[in-house]
Amino acid sequence: MLDLTYETPKPKIIAGATHDWELVIGMEVHAQIASNAKLFSGASTEFGNEPNSNVAFVDAAMPGMLPVINEFCIEQAVRTGLGLAAEINLWSAFDRKNYFYPDLPQGYQISQLYHPIVGEGEVMVDMEPGISRLVRIERIHIEQDAGKSIHDMDPNMSFVDLNRTGVALMEIVSQPDIRGPEEAAAYMVKLRQILRYLGTCDGNMQNGNLRADVNVSICLPGQYEKFIETNDFAHLGTRCEIKNMNSMRFIQAAIEVEARRQITIVEAGGEVNQETRLYDPDKGETRSMRSKEEAHDYRYFPDPDLLPLEIEQSWVEEIASSLPELPDEKKARFMKDFLLSDYDATVLTAELDSAAYFEAVANRRDGKLSANWVINELFGRLKKDDKDITQSPVTPYQLGGIIDLIEHGDINGKIAKDLFEIVYIQGGDPAKIVQDRGMKQLTDTSAIEAAVDKVILDNPDQVEKAKANPKLVGWFVGQVMKATGGKANPKAVNELIAFKLRL
Amino acid sequence: MSIDKATAAKVAKLARIKVEDDALPALAEEFNMILGFIEQLNEVDVEGVKPMTSVTPQRLKRRVDQITDGDQQALVLSNAPDAREGFFAVPKVVE
Amino acid sequence: MSDLNKLTLSAARDLLRKKDVTSVELTEACLQAKSAGMALNAFVHDTSEVALEQAKAADNRLAEGDASSMCGIPIGIKDLFCTKGVPSQAASKILDGFRPEYESTVSQKLFDGGAVMVGKLNMDEFAMGSSNETSIYGDVVNPWKVDQRNLTPGGSSGGSAAAVAGDLCLAATGTDTGGSIRQPAAFTGIVGIKPTYGRCSRWGVVAFASSLDQAGPMTKSVRDAAIMLETMCGHDPKDSTSADLAVPNFEACLTGDIKSKKIAIPKEYRMDGMSEEIEKLWAEGTEMLRDAGAEIVGVSLPHTKYALPAYYVIAPAEASSNLARYDGVRFGRRANISAGDGITEMYEKTRAEGFGPEVQRRIMIGTYVLSAGFYDAYYNRARRVRTLIKKDFDDVFAKGVDAILTPATPSAAFSLGDMATMDPVQMYLNDVFTVTVNLAGLPGISIPAGLDAQGLPLGLQLIGKPWKEGDLLNTAYALEKSVGFVEKPEKWW
Repeated sequence: MLDLTYETPKPKIIAGATHDWELVIGMEVHAQIASNAKLFSGASTEFGNEPNSNVAFVDAAMPGMLPVINEFCIEQAVRTGLGLAAEINLWSAFDRKNYFYPDLPQGYQISQLYHPIVGEGEVMVDMEPGISRLVRIERIHIEQDAGKSIHDMDPNMSFVDLNRTGVALMEIVSQPDIRGPEEAAAYMVKLRQILRYLGTCDGNMQNGNLRADVNVSICLPGQYEKFIETNDFAHLGTRCEIKNMNSMRFIQAAIEVEARRQITIVEAGGEVNQETRLYDPDKGETRSMRSKEEAHDYRYFPDPDLLPLEIEQSWVEEIASSLPELPDEKKARFMKDFLLSDYDATVLTAELDSAAYFEAVANRRDGKLSANWVINELFGRLKKDDKDITQSPVTPYQLGGIIDLIEHGDINGKIAKDLFEIVYIQGGDPAKIVQDRGMKQLTDTSAIEAAVDKVILDNPDQVEKAKANPKLVGWFVGQVMKATGGKANPKAVNELIAFKLRL
Repeated sequence: MSIDKATAAKVAKLARIKVEDDALPALAEEFNMILGFIEQLNEVDVEGVKPMTSVTPQRLKRRVDQITDGDQQALVLSNAPDAREGFFAVPKVVE
Repeated sequence: MSDLNKLTLSAARDLLRKKDVTSVELTEACLQAKSAGMALNAFVHDTSEVALEQAKAADNRLAEGDASSMCGIPIGIKDLFCTKGVPSQAASKILDGFRPEYESTVSQKLFDGGAVMVGKLNMDEFAMGSSNETSIYGDVVNPWKVDQRNLTPGGSSGGSAAAVAGDLCLAATGTDTGGSIRQPAAFTGIVGIKPTYGRCSRWGVVAFASSLDQAGPMTKSVRDAAIMLETMCGHDPKDSTSADLAVPNFEACLTGDIKSKKIAIPKEYRMDGMSEEIEKLWAEGTEMLRDAGAEIVGVSLPHTKYALPAYYVIAPAEASSNLARYDGVRFGRRANISAGDGITEMYEKTRAEGFGPEVQRRIMIGTYVLSAGFYDAYYNRARRVRTLIKKDFDDVFAKGVDAILTPATPSAAFSLGDMATMDPVQMYLNDVFTVTVNLAGLPGISIPAGLDAQGLPLGLQLIGKPWKEGDLLNTAYALEKSVGFVEKPEKWW
């Protein structure tokens, strides 16, 4: 791990009617493994196809069908474990989790309860510069995803699509280290970022490829510390699980709402029931999932159709050596090598593609200037078109070219912006465009002087005002810029005017 | 361990098999007979013995990550009691 | 040539090769015998048209010089195997009308080898039973009859056994989870072998208990079994429990020479109340092996008596999970539901109506032993006992033993309907000699060894070392020669 000195954020306090309360949050994140085929069958994992068209007989749990494991899915899980600085278990096994649901054709899900493939790891969640929450990962295991049931197409029937059934999932389980809704959302953002860096999950939350079950409980200040000391959950409140959250915004809102619900109950003298709940964004509340009179008895037992999974240390090392530079390392390097601020480095390293783009631009150029252009000009412009960096019509080479012209003094900032827009819309080589269109900045003092003299001559009242108030030099600069079609070097103009007016 | 009518009902529910109320006592009785037979296993000293999972130990075979299956909606649905517009139709599931 | 259906597989093969007979002739003889044998209720789905097409194709291959042993041989396929486009229902109401869009690996291998499918064979529902009395198609009747009683052919592969014993086909596939090939073979005077767990692929075979199920041939002779087993075996990448080992030419192993082989007699298989006839048969078998030059040793398999209870925890537990997919959603029969019924009611009615009482019983026992609070006490404990049972065998084999000789069943075939008055546990005792072999994953074969006082066949079982089916078949072959069992049931149907 990087040696980052940081401060732990203070836990969020929610003021109830009678007490101040703290929150304790743990998250179980389900991340769909990026692979071509499913975990135990050769059907495609592609999203959005006709119903039941990405289904092998194994996925449909036809009689006599058997699972055969996809090696790449194992690799992706190991890669994820390594990216989260976690223990890789060279021996793991598969268990059946038995329950009945129409989108679970086998009547059981193949998962890993007793012996997961990845053990303890950690995620550093940056809340503010220098303030981070270390969230410990308890374990990661591989399991099958279920299909999709649609309940609102017909009043009496539900409709089942098994395309997603059997797609490989990683379940990433955190310790209850998260202490507030903002931290939970930030944890999700960081986890998603790491997974995307690793290429093990595309993090597409809209499609449901990344979703979280959030466990929330409340406690009085001081109780959490007792829990950490003794590892006794009795010091914490009863937790409720909010299932299937697939939006950062909703995760935050749901936790807030759920915490308040629990506070209200407890302060009124009641008890919170341990249950599973769903968040309703329209109503802004969580509600209990139906029929929990009989708790699920999943009757886990080792899957007799699969042998234990044994992987070689040498293979793990091979995967480790293929890991990309991870977000924390990249950000630290950007701050150090390019002298970027925490904020700029965070923005640029949010996505691997952005970071790569920036590095190509900043290569042998001023880091801060490059950062400024990438973040404020390019990202801003792309956002207007609802594009991401991979769809940028301006290449790093082109952007770098614009920056070179600035650094070289060939153009000023304003012209550079115009140039950028031209390159964005029409393309082309920046230096050539500047050349062809005569956009070069005027640095020739005599030409500027002529323009300055004219403006001074034409505006004697302003001259008087400027002598009294030197700040009004800016007005003169503006006029000269106008007169020169914006091409004068503003710095030179400023100096010249000040000189001429004896300011 | 003795099984009563309530436990028998619970097990039937877990197994999603409808057992009429008046059939439960007989079912519980059968369970008890079978479990009585199984009780013998308690005589065995299993201290330090690992539970057997696979009788034939070998390295778990892996598959290459290639799409080799699927794209057969009609075949998948061909035996369905109720298939509509490419979906399996089932009586309403209440969430 | 008449009575072609009475040929053994190997004799038929030789005649086919010599062009003395065609596959079509063989197949027609079997189809005729099948029609005449309806009273046995062995066959449940007819595939006559397919059979004749396959026979013609086989004849073409034979004409072109295809000498593979199974080419042109008419066989029966147990209803537990998924055969493409042909009803495959595991003798259950819940799979009513199910026609798989895929072929099981084992049956595919047989058809690739040129075998001809005479029809699908009756069995106990979901392979759960020892008497073929739980089938939705009705009981199978043992071709052996010594008085007015209809006798059981054994189970679960009762249809397979009856069909082969009654010469309705030349051989049949069976499956064996606790004895379902070996016990019916013994009850009907034929040969049945269950190979080492992992030899035959389970892909496309309706699963009962995943860690115990194995397919195997049921035939008229040991040579036939060797021939058919070779075709059925082989690594299947679609089955993760399938062994990646080459399949030897089993028939080539049949030298009949067992000099200096060590045969073990396990003392714990001498059970209280065992019939004298069976004891006598076992002793005679032992002598025959000794006379053939084998060394006989007494051994102990101390955990033998715990095999049945362990089996009746593990098998139902795995079955309860394997049968969860029969829910009326994607295939098979869905119950008619009332207005207001949701998915849970649909599941409950479908499964209550679709599964017979024995299957329901085992699913529920399995559910119970896996449930919260009991997992360690039952399932885990049973798995530990299983480890000990396997170790018993490993220790014996480590001492240089090549095979173990035991009785196959505690009695000869009993009457159909006898079991109805008994409690479930008594039925389970039928498997007492055979379940140990499944728990240990070993190969086991049953061969007919004599008749009891009533004139009903009794079998002896040989248990072999893992992956040494060739050796096991050879020992069985030697015993078969010594025994000289030639009796056939008198045709009453």
